Amino acid sequence: MLTIPVSHGLLLAGILFLLGFVCVLVRRNIIFILLGLEIMFNAAGLAFVAAGARWGQPDGQIMFLFILTTAAAEVSIGLALVFQLVHRLHTLDIDQADGMKG
Amino acid sequence: MILAFLILIPICGGVLAWTMESRHPGTARWIALAVLLGNLGLTALLVPARFDVVSAVGPFLISLELAWMPALGIHFHLALDGLNLVLVFLTHFLGLTALAAAWTEIEHKIGFFYFNLLWVLAGIMGVFLALDLFLFYFFWEMMLIPMFFLISVFGHANRTYASIKFFLFTQISGLLMLLAILGLYFIHGRLTGRYTFNYLELLGTPLSDVSGMLLMLGFLMAFAVKLPAVPLHTWLPDAHTEAPTAGSIILAGLLLKTGAYGIMRFVVPLFPKAAAAAAPFAMFLAVIAILYGALLALSQTDFKRLVAYTSVSHMGFVMLAIFAWNQLALQGALIQIICHGLSTGALFFLAGALQERLHTRELGRMGGLWAAAPRLSGMALFFALASLGLPGLGNFIAEFTILLGVYQVSKPLAVLSALGLISAAVYSLWIIQAAFHGPPQPKLVLADLSGRESAALLAMLAALVFLGLYPQPVFTAAEPALTHLTRTAATQKITEAVPAPPGENPHASP
Amino acid sequence: MELLWLIPAWPLLGFLILTCLAARLPRIMAGSVGVGSVGAAALTALLMAWDFLKHQPGRNAFTQHLWTWLDVAGLHLEIAFYLDALTLVMIIVITGVGFFIHLYSLGYMAHDQGYTRFFAYMNLFVAAMLVLVLADNLPLLYLGWEGVGLCSYLLIGFWYTDPANGYAARKAFVVTRVGDTAMAVGLFVLYNQLGTLQIQEVMQRAAAAWPAGSTMALLTALLLLGGAVGKSAQLPLQTWLPDAMAGPTPVSALIHAATMVTAGVYLIARTHGLFLLAPTALTITAVIGAATLLLAGFSALVQQDIKRVLAYSTISQLGYMFLALGVGAWSAAIFHLFTHAFFKALLFLGAGAVIHALGGEQDMSRMGGLKQKLPLTFWTFLAGAASLAALPLVTAGFYSKDLIIWQAFASPRGGLGFWFMAVAGALLTALYTFRMVLLTFTGPARTPVHHPPGLVMRLPLLVLAFLSLTAGFLETPHSLGHMRVFSGWLHTCLPEAGLAAGREAYEILFELLAGLAALCGIFGALRLYHPLAKSRYSLPESLRQYWIKGWGFDSLYDRLVVRPYIHLAQFNKNDFLDLFFVFLAWLAKTGHQTLAATQNGRLRSYAWGLGLGAAAIAAMVVLL
Repeated sequence: MLTIPVSHGLLLAGILFLLGFVCVLVRRNIIFILLGLEIMFNAAGLAFVAAGARWGQPDGQIMFLFILTTAAAEVSIGLALVFQLVHRLHTLDIDQADGMKG
Repeated sequence: MILAFLILIPICGGVLAWTMESRHPGTARWIALAVLLGNLGLTALLVPARFDVVSAVGPFLISLELAWMPALGIHFHLALDGLNLVLVFLTHFLGLTALAAAWTEIEHKIGFFYFNLLWVLAGIMGVFLALDLFLFYFFWEMMLIPMFFLISVFGHANRTYASIKFFLFTQISGLLMLLAILGLYFIHGRLTGRYTFNYLELLGTPLSDVSGMLLMLGFLMAFAVKLPAVPLHTWLPDAHTEAPTAGSIILAGLLLKTGAYGIMRFVVPLFPKAAAAAAPFAMFLAVIAILYGALLALSQTDFKRLVAYTSVSHMGFVMLAIFAWNQLALQGALIQIICHGLSTGALFFLAGALQERLHTRELGRMGGLWAAAPRLSGMALFFALASLGLPGLGNFIAEFTILLGVYQVSKPLAVLSALGLISAAVYSLWIIQAAFHGPPQPKLVLADLSGRESAALLAMLAALVFLGLYPQPVFTAAEPALTHLTRTAATQKITEAVPAPPGENPHASP
Repeated sequence: MELLWLIPAWPLLGFLILTCLAARLPRIMAGSVGVGSVGAAALTALLMAWDFLKHQPGRNAFTQHLWTWLDVAGLHLEIAFYLDALTLVMIIVITGVGFFIHLYSLGYMAHDQGYTRFFAYMNLFVAAMLVLVLADNLPLLYLGWEGVGLCSYLLIGFWYTDPANGYAARKAFVVTRVGDTAMAVGLFVLYNQLGTLQIQEVMQRAAAAWPAGSTMALLTALLLLGGAVGKSAQLPLQTWLPDAMAGPTPVSALIHAATMVTAGVYLIARTHGLFLLAPTALTITAVIGAATLLLAGFSALVQQDIKRVLAYSTISQLGYMFLALGVGAWSAAIFHLFTHAFFKALLFLGAGAVIHALGGEQDMSRMGGLKQKLPLTFWTFLAGAASLAALPLVTAGFYSKDLIIWQAFASPRGGLGFWFMAVAGALLTALYTFRMVLLTFTGPARTPVHHPPGLVMRLPLLVLAFLSLTAGFLETPHSLGHMRVFSGWLHTCLPEAGLAAGREAYEILFELLAGLAALCGIFGALRLYHPLAKSRYSLPESLRQYWIKGWGFDSLYDRLVVRPYIHLAQFNKNDFLDLFFVFLAWLAKTGHQTLAATQNGRLRSYAWGLGLGAAAIAAMVVLL
């Protein structure tokens, strides 16, 4: 059976994570930031799955399920925040919401 | 129990004054007056026929020891000897003066004002009476916070800056003292197995050179800031200037004295070796304070600020005397403590009276006030003369005995500090010239002293003249206590075989 | 004798009454209290003198203990009065001259606003001065010493609305306090070395402990001399006295001529035992006296202000007394003090009458021709002037000054140099005195007379004129009757001067020379300054200015001490030590602002921080 080396899986997860993180850092639109976060979640999930496959254990896949649920919850809260942001500031630009500066 | 009442009565009186504020604000004054007079009466009860009755632990006339947190070795331990009896009298006297100064000056939040006033006085009384180091620290902090409010709530234009500066200086140095107290507590506990904050037991704790010096410096920092010693004096001009008149009187007359008392009672007796080692340096700083304060006073244009710097100069004499540590100088220091409290307190009183009338403290906007207010000006003249050390008044006795005592220890320093007598003349006479002599200001209407003001000032005047012509009662009262202190310090030095300290140096033959 | 304490108590009581009642007291009452208290003191003093002479107490001194001042750690001080012949002379001068000056002030100050205040200060002065001379121990003497300094300050600055008067007053106080501080240090040394401050004990113990010429004796004597020099306006602390003329003229007469300024002389005479142990200090005293008498004489010669002439003349005459003390002629010094009190007070009061009459004019170039307008003032002033100039045979000044001049040569410590300076001084004195008389009273009138002196002003002039002429007969030289009343009396408490071997023979010659010097001076003044004189010699202007300004001492001290001190004070007005704490506060504040700036509220910058932080930690884990 053709097996993918675990390092490849982890490398892919790392690249995905970085891409997601860069998206979070550079985009000002909150929707895209949430997208970036989702990518980061999934990158982490991928790393779990890859690791689980390497050891032949189900734990990695269980963790992925956990991440999925968490991400679902996160997105619902995130979207609620998006609604609030649009409602109050009439914008999707996250830099406009800097009322907490010291 | 009388000792506890001396502290409890002002505390309760303060709370009462505050709670009465909403309904009868004016009663706060009368409550404060009643409290202080009652306390004064109580103190008078404590004056014994003889002072030289020495019990096993020291020449204490009366003492009180209640368990507070016995597990930690903390007791509510108050005691009274001749030394602090004199200081307690001074506290009441100046408390009454401050009351007279505040009577019409404070018109808002009266209850809160008198609450703070009485609590400061209670704290000061506690500091003078406490013989348990933890309790001492407790009272030390207790007088700080009401004073902070007196300045920050009731002060003049720049009060916030001044009050925070005051608070930071005293609080940080107080923390150093707390560390030193704890250090001493643990060292003593480890050596003897008895963990206690009792001053009398902690006396004579054997300490290594380094730890003794560090602990001594911790205490000294707190007291030197209060005293104040150059270069830690810079909070004082701001605090004195911005405080309300009553606050200035209590600051100058009493709070500074707690520093002097602390060095006398705690620093030298607890750490005689370290204190002796630091004495030349401390005395040198004291001489700097005498001359430097006088120099700064001359250039000030704000009446209160000028008087504040003279305090630096006068308290330099006290520090000089205490570190000279002989009977003559210490007695002089005590008289200086009293007389400086009276004369500077009176000058602040007058500055406040002028500010109430002229709405300014600037000397440049005064001048020629004598014609308009001869009684006020005459009083100012008297107290300016007292502060320059005119013989016949108490300040002279103080400076003379101090310098006489210091001369036995260090000739050059005595001579240098005698130069302070000249600069004192320069700034004192400048006050008179700038405010009361000179061409009269046109169209100046100035009410002379009222009966209340005259009475307060006359009492201070009489006390200064009395101390100048017959200071013996104070000397007699303090003599056993001071002898005890010097002996305590001296015996420890001998047992630890330290080279002869400056101190009891009878007239060396030529 | 037991009433001794009353002498200072009377004027003190007067002071208290005048201060406490102040404005409530009617003018007439204030005046009578002021004069009456000193009068009562004078009567008591006379009573004391009579009693003293009649009963001659043991050891020629009487001590009255009032109460223990302080007794602490071996320092025992009494409030106690000590009466001996020296003190008696002083109290008689102080209360006697003081009484007449007070009487005179009734007229002189009659229209002044501060009438009550004036008499209060004057009474306080007399009380302090009496305490000074009666004191049994040095701190009590110091009390009186500073007390008279205070009153001097108050009275020089009496007309306080003019800042110049205030400046003169402060100058007087501060300059004398420089000397006082030296004296205070002297007391510390004495106590440290001898363990007592009671004057007689100090002298006894010093004599026992210190051999003659020892360093300690020299040191203490010099420190006390510092105090004396300050109070008596001798070099180098003489600068305050000419400015002190800013006060009302009776003040100048009482304080700055007759009594306070002689306190230095009294102090040295009182502690003569100490000075005798330090011959060097005595020599220094004599040199200071001789130098001062000449310097001040030259300055007096060129002054235009009548009171400043008298002020420099006072400095000069005090120089004579110091010279006498320095050569060990104790009773001669006190005798000159005694006669000087009369004639100098008289001159000041006369000058005051002139100033009063001319409505406050003090410049001699604007006076003149007053001989006819104010005859009584003229004749009494002339008597005082003759006495000051030591007109031979008929004046008190002649007998006392000649005694000093003679002793300057003949005493074992004296010498030809001192004698020569003293004679030159006598010549100068006569010259400037009669220059003053001629400028003031002769020639054309330049200012109209407003208020001729009233009775209360004339009576003191007459009495003092009488004393200025006759007081000298108490003590006359060998060649002129050899009266020894004064020195015979004083020798109960002061040692005799004695004569150096082989100098008695010259007495008549030297006295003739001294008398001649005075006559030459008077003659010279007539030639130079009489309105009818033909020759008008004038000094080079620069030298004249230099002398007018008192040899430049003022500007020297100004540059060396006063201005640097004031500049330093001004420069450091805001206390540079505070900068350190200001810096700490600044540091805290800046730190706060820097950190607060990072909290910008932007989500993405927080995310950056998060990422960078995580990267940093990861890097640390990998690398370390």
